[in-house]
Amino acid sequence: MTFQKVKEKLIESIIYCSGTFTTLLVIFIIVFLFKEGSGLFNKKPVEEGYALAVNRFNRVSKLTPAQIKGIIEGDITNWSQVGGNYDSIYTFNLSDVESKFTQEELGDEFEHLNEKIAEYIESNTGVFAFFPEKYLDSSLTQIEVDKITLSSMLKGKEWYPTANPAAQLGVLPIILGSLWVTFGAILLALPLGLIVAIYLAEICGDNLKNIIKSVIELLAGIPSVVYGFFGLVIIVPLVQQTFNLPVGETALSGSILLALISLPTIISLSEDAISSTPQDLKNASLALGANKLQTIFRVSLPYASSGIISASILGVGRAFGETMAVLMVTGNAAIIPSGFFEPVRTITATIAAELGEAASGSIHYEALFILGAILFVFTFCINLIAEFFSHK
Amino acid sequence: MNKNLKEKLIFSLFGAVTALVVLVTVAILVFIIFRGIGQISWDFISKAPENGMMEGGIFPAIMGTLLLITGSCVLAFPIGVLSGIFMNEYAHENAFKRIVTMMTSNLAGIPSIVFGLFGLALFVNFFKMGVSLMAGCCTLAILVLPVIIRTTEEALKQIDDTYRFSGYALGTSKFKTVFGIILPMAMPNIITGLILSIGRVAGETAPIIFTVAAYYLSEISFSLQSPVMALPYHLYVMATSGIDLEKSRSIAFGTALILMSIVLIMNLLVGGVKRFYSK
Repeated sequence: MTFQKVKEKLIESIIYCSGTFTTLLVIFIIVFLFKEGSGLFNKKPVEEGYALAVNRFNRVSKLTPAQIKGIIEGDITNWSQVGGNYDSIYTFNLSDVESKFTQEELGDEFEHLNEKIAEYIESNTGVFAFFPEKYLDSSLTQIEVDKITLSSMLKGKEWYPTANPAAQLGVLPIILGSLWVTFGAILLALPLGLIVAIYLAEICGDNLKNIIKSVIELLAGIPSVVYGFFGLVIIVPLVQQTFNLPVGETALSGSILLALISLPTIISLSEDAISSTPQDLKNASLALGANKLQTIFRVSLPYASSGIISASILGVGRAFGETMAVLMVTGNAAIIPSGFFEPVRTITATIAAELGEAASGSIHYEALFILGAILFVFTFCINLIAEFFSHK
Repeated sequence: MNKNLKEKLIFSLFGAVTALVVLVTVAILVFIIFRGIGQISWDFISKAPENGMMEGGIFPAIMGTLLLITGSCVLAFPIGVLSGIFMNEYAHENAFKRIVTMMTSNLAGIPSIVFGLFGLALFVNFFKMGVSLMAGCCTLAILVLPVIIRTTEEALKQIDDTYRFSGYALGTSKFKTVFGIILPMAMPNIITGLILSIGRVAGETAPIIFTVAAYYLSEISFSLQSPVMALPYHLYVMATSGIDLEKSRSIAFGTALILMSIVLIMNLLVGGVKRFYSK
């Protein structure tokens, strides 16, 4: 008897533990995403172990990652462009050492290397040197690079996390890419989804409704990678031919595909909401002489509005977080979107495409976790809003 | 009669839109089946990929997906069903229950790629499991957990309170009432929920890319420490590989069909279970 009771209590306490498990899990996920990514904010965007040095008479003491990239790529050729004296910029790094100095000057064991580098930097006023820290004499004027901050990431317009010497971590084009594709998807899916939901809930008969609903539920279960494959084979060439584009992998292809993927969610949830309108209300409206159409638009839809809004928001969430399908059809170019006929890159696709190449603990890896955290925050808010409306 | 004419017009327009949407979505199904069916043969499902994956079958990927399904369900079912029981039978209507409900629905809304990141950070790197079957199963288990909790909770909610009160009136303990009366009654709906979650696990790609999926393996390993091939990842690889488009596409169509049939079979099973219990 007592043994039985102990057993029951034991199982009940296991039940209590399981109940709290999910809450702990979500907190754990948040903590881990930020923990893995937060190391980024103590780092400088310059490759680890490297430093930048200039001539002592150079007035420039600080550069942004974008400026460094401009200098290396030859877009910035004069110090006056970054706030210094009027003097053209020479870049100087390890690969130039052999052409600038002879073997004799450097010594057999390269014992004079540091000396020579320092000499060269001090004798050329326009030099921009990029070397491993150990080759740079401590007497040289080093360029400071600001630490990476969240706001610099959010404002940055370029995403080249592996660029050398300074990683470009601007996530603005990626976030806008996600929003843009999702926006297009909702523009397509929302009207269509609502019309189908109204038709199923109010217009067609029960038999047809059950058939269509089970087909739609079936479609909701199809893996997104299958949708992505379908998009790659059918939608991408179709978009390319219809609009006569150089490539079919565009924001439009992504939006069409995401619309297809989020339609089942929007349809079945809004259909539930519309069906929940009490028959009494509808009968009252019909008894007052309104026809079915008027009843739908003046009675059922207003009654179901909070449910419909919540369904639409969940559809947005589904589209926003979709990974494989957009990875396969949007072309993945990290540029700020300016139209539906250009390739875009979304947050999800960036993570999926790049995480495999990023070494654990590197700037790139941590930046991808910050992107994941941003994605998490977005969807968390979307879910909270949806929940708010569904309880209204 | 003007308003009735308008009604007719709009209703037929709505009907047409519905027909269009249903047609387009069904077209996806038909298209994959049509193009994939020619690829399916005994060799295709029983042999390993050959010749740089351009020939041969997809047996390792099928096995990998089955292993992932088994592993993640073994991990997620007990916790999920017990949490569902907690939510509906044991939790009181208070702030704590509201928080748990909110967290569960938020967990359900987290994009699958975030689970991939989390799985990589926690299981692969922190717990040092490496890219392995174990890490993949844990990641997928977390992903389906909210689905299982939600369906268990819904199934229990449908059981009328009179059954609970009758149990108490007869002097049985809460535990016995829940496990002896309520749970067996809710079982059919719980089982259908579990079957649907299997379909979900089978098709997830993003969470497994970094935690378990292998590009190519010639042999099947049943070790928890080694990576496995998986159908969705194999489909992704074949669909996006640029070499010999014709061959890789036909293998991709075959893989897509096999993957989709797992989901379709699960859906048919659900119908079967419902019919079996309603007898």
